[in-house]
Amino acid sequence: MLQPIITIENVSHYFGAGRLRKQILFDVTTIVEPGEVVIMTGPSGSGKTTLLTLIGALRSTQEGSLKVLGQELRGGSESKLVELRRNIGYIFQAHNLLNSLRAWQNVQMSIELHSDIPASESRDRAEAMLEAVGLADWATQYPNELSGGQKQRVAIARALVCNPKLVLADEPTAALDKKSGRDVVEIMHDLAKKQGSAIVLVTHDNRILDLADRIIHMEDGRLSSLDASA
Amino acid sequence: MFAIPLAWLQLKRETVRLLVALAGIGFAVILMFLQLGFQAALFESAVTLHQKLEGDIFLISPQSTSLTSMKSFPDRRLYQSLGFAGVDAISPIYLGLGIWKNPYWEGPPASQTRSILVIGMVPGDKVFALPEVAENQSQLRLTDVVLFDRASREEFGPISKKFEALKATGGLVKSEIESRRVKVGGLFSLGASFGADGNLITSDLNFRRIFSKRGEGMIDVGLIKLKPGVDLEKTLARFRQNLPGTSRTDPKKTTDQTKEDFVVGDVRVLSKKAFIAFEQNYWKESTAIGFIFTLGTAIGFVVGTVIVYQILYTDVTDHLAEYATLKAMGYKNRYLLSVVFQEAIILAVMGYIPGYILCLGLYNVTRSATALPISMTLDRGILVLCLAILMCVISGAVAVRKVQDADPADIF
Repeated sequence: MLQPIITIENVSHYFGAGRLRKQILFDVTTIVEPGEVVIMTGPSGSGKTTLLTLIGALRSTQEGSLKVLGQELRGGSESKLVELRRNIGYIFQAHNLLNSLRAWQNVQMSIELHSDIPASESRDRAEAMLEAVGLADWATQYPNELSGGQKQRVAIARALVCNPKLVLADEPTAALDKKSGRDVVEIMHDLAKKQGSAIVLVTHDNRILDLADRIIHMEDGRLSSLDASA
Repeated sequence: MFAIPLAWLQLKRETVRLLVALAGIGFAVILMFLQLGFQAALFESAVTLHQKLEGDIFLISPQSTSLTSMKSFPDRRLYQSLGFAGVDAISPIYLGLGIWKNPYWEGPPASQTRSILVIGMVPGDKVFALPEVAENQSQLRLTDVVLFDRASREEFGPISKKFEALKATGGLVKSEIESRRVKVGGLFSLGASFGADGNLITSDLNFRRIFSKRGEGMIDVGLIKLKPGVDLEKTLARFRQNLPGTSRTDPKKTTDQTKEDFVVGDVRVLSKKAFIAFEQNYWKESTAIGFIFTLGTAIGFVVGTVIVYQILYTDVTDHLAEYATLKAMGYKNRYLLSVVFQEAIILAVMGYIPGYILCLGLYNVTRSATALPISMTLDRGILVLCLAILMCVISGAVAVRKVQDADPADIF
């Protein structure tokens, strides 16, 4: 058996300090296997996003053990965390594309972080990725010339272009209508499957639950697993 | 390393903001150029006369402060120095500000009279490195004939134009200086300075006719020419030993400076370099001018810094979410700082270029309007470019603190 992509053991997290200190996560424990698609659901304020930012090395782990891509995050140095971030693909609720860059340049920003990819190849690779998300004809557009669904697809291309072993997505369909939301998640799902990437997807959207291998439910900072077929 | 010039692309995307920024920086650049240019022109104009003097050592009264406020001293000292080894020739120079009457006055409100610097020299002596003065030696020997500086300010009247016009018919421009009738026998080019609006050259005899109250044997500058190949420093030391009276030096000056600038008895002895420095120091230190222009330059610098800061701060604020995204993707803080500094330097260089070009035009306008020797120099061009870059880097350094606020955890 391969090593899990994510191993979470007894992770707790607090916000604030002193008397205002409030516990957000309580003893969260779970693992994500390579290539697994995990959808995390739960009401607002249940701590889903906090867990996602912990996994993504955007916050430092306070209690428990959190291993991502074989690396312990608790107590890791800032430069270690930055290094790790480069191997994770992010998809945000808002697309968060760079408005001054064309679509292919946005994708290329991700490639530039990987010095093993030669500069001469990077544009081709960016355009190939845009083609894979169905935006071959839109590669030279600026983000404000694209529809919401198209922007989110550029964001997916940006997240997946370097074949990350792990993709984190925080409500990627929130700003989209039903049809394009479904399309976007399907594209992400198919590409990740093809590349063998694991996905952790936070969502409120019940219409996409069928794409998950496993669904976990978060309520008041505690995890409970649900059946994928539920 | 980075194939995508993010700094430039971000600036380019906001065309209007970029143009506003460039206008602001260009304005600051022009302000600095003008202030520094005026200052340099003042100091330059103050010593145009000195630079044209063909002498190696100069004697002046210790009480003289600048060319326009000279105190005379006995010419005995000058003749004494002719006996010192190494001295080739000497020549007395007389200086005085006289009231010139514009012979082509068109009536009020313009003033008919204006003060002009009158320079008296011995005809035949080689005093000025001005070919037209040498050509007009014979004119200088005539009674009540003066040479007029065609680069004088216009208020003295269209003398050079009328001179050329009358020359064809054999006539001469006639005017009055210190209520004495004189004829203009020739022209030369020297230029106005902050101290003198115009210049006249005449013979020593004519000078004494014009300034009749001047005591016999009192001169303002003693010009001494050394034989070719003679050591300046040794000759100056000889002056110090052989002139009568005790020798004194300015305690504020360095030893090297006092070798070329010292007082013996009733005269001050200066090398040509020290003579030029003496005049410039007067304008720099004894008047408000140096301070004013330096302050003006500093204000230009501050204005530019504030403008660039505003632009960069707005730019960083607008892109904060994008910067946070880049951090989440694994870009280091250092990359984002470099983007802001690149933007700062691009702005500095792009704002400098139009500022520089416009300034060349403004220098031309100033030159023709004021007869001041103002022009672009390589030194000043580089200085202002450095100031512009420094200005943008300071603003950048303040603005980047905002980049630290880009917290990737906030964007989920």
